Amino acid sequence: MAVWQAILELADDHLVLGHRISEWCGHAPMLEEDLALPNMALDLIGSARVLYDHAGKLEGAGRSEDDLAYLRGEREYRNCLLVERPNEDFAHTMLRSLYFAAFMRPYWLKTLEISSDETLRGVAGKAEKEMAYHIRHAGEWVIRLGDGTEQSADRMREAVASLHIYVDELFESSDVAAEAETAGVLPVRGDLRAAFDATIAQIFAEALLEVPQVPYPQTGGRAGLHGEGLGHLLAEMQSVHRAHPGATW
Amino acid sequence: MVTAATRAWAAASAVPDPEVPCVNVAELGILRDVRIDGGVAVARVSPTYSGCPAVLAIELAIEAALRDAGFEARIERVLTPPWTTDWITPEGREKLRAYGIAPPEESGGKATLFGAAQVTCPRCASRDTERLSEFGSTACKAQYRCLSCREPFDYFKCI
Repeated sequence: MAVWQAILELADDHLVLGHRISEWCGHAPMLEEDLALPNMALDLIGSARVLYDHAGKLEGAGRSEDDLAYLRGEREYRNCLLVERPNEDFAHTMLRSLYFAAFMRPYWLKTLEISSDETLRGVAGKAEKEMAYHIRHAGEWVIRLGDGTEQSADRMREAVASLHIYVDELFESSDVAAEAETAGVLPVRGDLRAAFDATIAQIFAEALLEVPQVPYPQTGGRAGLHGEGLGHLLAEMQSVHRAHPGATW
Repeated sequence: MVTAATRAWAAASAVPDPEVPCVNVAELGILRDVRIDGGVAVARVSPTYSGCPAVLAIELAIEAALRDAGFEARIERVLTPPWTTDWITPEGREKLRAYGIAPPEESGGKATLFGAAQVTCPRCASRDTERLSEFGSTACKAQYRCLSCREPFDYFKCI
């Protein structure tokens, strides 16, 4: 019963981050990045599509991937807060991707190892490699900016200060996720902390950044409690579909 | 005697990749097999990248090719085991090279994923090349430059 909802959380993470990154399309500071960012967004949206389709089938109420993506409001979205954070500057954008990929890569590797769900193993087999690319690409930027000019280092430190408070939520399992974990469908989120910390420690050391202590982590996304940015994101993403219900192409 | 399955395979496998039209779907390794199931030709297709925007176009093209060959057709999307660049056939690799795209260095395992791979220039075969960008014009390619002949080129990246 809860498994489809746990998969929906994962799908929401991927779609929301994919949409956020796609906002850079046509605005990136150089041509290579204008290609790289939509490619990263495509990886995430591709995974989201399979996850929504799978969640809809497991729910068994006849909801398609489009229904789940376009016809749920802000409070029904179950993504973590990190992925909905606005793009701000390149430091924020790259750090957000690094955090997400540094979590998802071990998550998918563990899924491949333990999951009883064949579709999830199929998604994991691809996404694990794609997340490795994202770690490398975003990590190189975090290092370049952190170990760059005075201004770039300042901005990178600001990004760390504003985004690190959302990291802990990645390792929290909602009730539905915990059920899917107990059932052997999804990996236990809390178990992936060491792998994440090792990736971040290595990149931050090169980037001359410090991993901050976070006394008050921000959470709530899994309960549908979001920042003000998500509503705007969904409004933009869903407007065409809602204006033309049932339209396909 | 040519069986229906053989004819169906011939029709489906001739479909070119829409983004890299020098290779067909069989050479690319994404067309897994075609079987005849109760009179219907069923083609199993594996996507390359999760977000490959060409998947739908490829599936429609294979379906159309099978219909043109006189079959009722159905497509099954196969996610497991996931496609890797190792599934590109030797002929496919040679066609990519002739087209100006450096084929993926075998094998697409962990070692090549994190750099290190030395990519060969598809034009002059020099190994003296450098990466310009991790991401190219499509999700499956990266941009490189040859330091011998100075030509930029696409590299079909390993996954």
